Amino acid sequence: MKVERVIKYEAELDKDFSQWVVSVPGGEQIRDCIQCGTCSATCPLSIYMDYTPRKIILMAHQGFKEEVLRSFTPWLCASCYACMVNCPREIKITEIMYILKEKAIEEGMYPKRFPIPVLAREFTRMIVKKGRNPETKLIIALALRTNPLNLLKMAPLGLRLMKAGRLEIMTKSIKGKDQLKTMLQSLEATT
Amino acid sequence: MKEYAYYPGCSVKGTAKHYEESLLTAFDVLGLNLTELEDWNCCGATLALAVNELKSFTMVSRNLALAEKTGLDIVTPCSACYLVLLKTQDYIRRYPDIKAKIDRALKSVGMEYRGTVRVKHTLEALVNDVKLEEVKNRVTRPLKGFKVAPYYGCQIVRPYKEFDHPFYPDSMDRLLKALGAEVVDYPLKTDCCGAAIAGTMEEVGVRLNYVLLKEAQKRGANCVVTVCPLCQLNLEQYQGKINKRFNSDISLPILYFTQLLGLALGVPEERLGFNRAMVSADSLLEAA
Repeated sequence: MKVERVIKYEAELDKDFSQWVVSVPGGEQIRDCIQCGTCSATCPLSIYMDYTPRKIILMAHQGFKEEVLRSFTPWLCASCYACMVNCPREIKITEIMYILKEKAIEEGMYPKRFPIPVLAREFTRMIVKKGRNPETKLIIALALRTNPLNLLKMAPLGLRLMKAGRLEIMTKSIKGKDQLKTMLQSLEATT
Repeated sequence: MKEYAYYPGCSVKGTAKHYEESLLTAFDVLGLNLTELEDWNCCGATLALAVNELKSFTMVSRNLALAEKTGLDIVTPCSACYLVLLKTQDYIRRYPDIKAKIDRALKSVGMEYRGTVRVKHTLEALVNDVKLEEVKNRVTRPLKGFKVAPYYGCQIVRPYKEFDHPFYPDSMDRLLKALGAEVVDYPLKTDCCGAAIAGTMEEVGVRLNYVLLKEAQKRGANCVVTVCPLCQLNLEQYQGKINKRFNSDISLPILYFTQLLGLALGVPEERLGFNRAMVSADSLLEAA
């Protein structure tokens, strides 16, 4: 049997990452965490996570950059804010999950072929282009980029929605879509 | 007569059409006038926030700026839109750096946002701007036979506790009682339906919604009432799969509070979008 070290030495942790978390909006109080586990206990999705919210908060704070950004945990956060409202130290746990998602995309470290980051990116791309969210197109694009077989699985729901007149096939662009584009470009110029 | 800038969000133009249909007709009866915000854009929901927070805030600020020009409060039926609008306002207020970037972006297209807009959820507008007594007096068809599980979901009460308790709200309970419905005690009223994750990962959607529906059934509810397009869709779409997986017999219509409001106020059923249901409420409507 091969024995491997699973605990990291302090020198192997990414101090820049831990400082970055504290410096971004929402991450300021992460140092106040007392590891009580209220977040993990209230989280309805923690049963599916590779690290519970309590662990992710500690690991982000300590500088386990690689593990945190490759984790499924932030992507499984449904943004219900139960942890954040319950946190006795008022740590903005849900907002930290958002920051970690953004960072994981930026660094190309999000779990590949996992549907949620793909959905988030496709969605954002489409609304920036049109100014509106084309629900149907989005679902198709998502399936094509993750598992095309899902389209077959989703077909019955699609038909039921269509019968009820709840499926919008064509989404019109807004008049101000160029305005939106200019605004977003202005951001890039200043950051 | 009260005027609002109506921010519909994308869902009520598609999967949640019956929310908008019932909202506009029912609010009209009560003299709440919703004028759709001209050329609004998608708020990006919680998904765009995950990709780029600043871009997301910037897109939202265009809507805030458009609303500010009308001088009216924003009213939105979608809990995700509500959350994203409130979060944008919150971050603009608390982080001068974010505010400066957004101001510049707005200025680049000749717009500005001074921060004067008040954002309200449709439920919030109804319970805060109309006296419950007044609603009660307008009821012409009390909701007989409706045993309702009031489901608020998450983002209408968390993290911004604007108008009700973050875990045990009761504004909708009181409203539904005033409409003549029987409201069951429903302790899961703010537990999460899985939101966008339920839609993309079936295992999550089936399990979370099973828990919610099973509890409603156990408490004797014959329908669940929601305030959010995504909650409504999740609770409704998985019932078949839930029954197969957990060997249960759940068949609960998932209604919008505005559908029941309209019904009690005497609006004809056809104008409240009951025909768009995937789990029909016909038997309840006939008995009423």
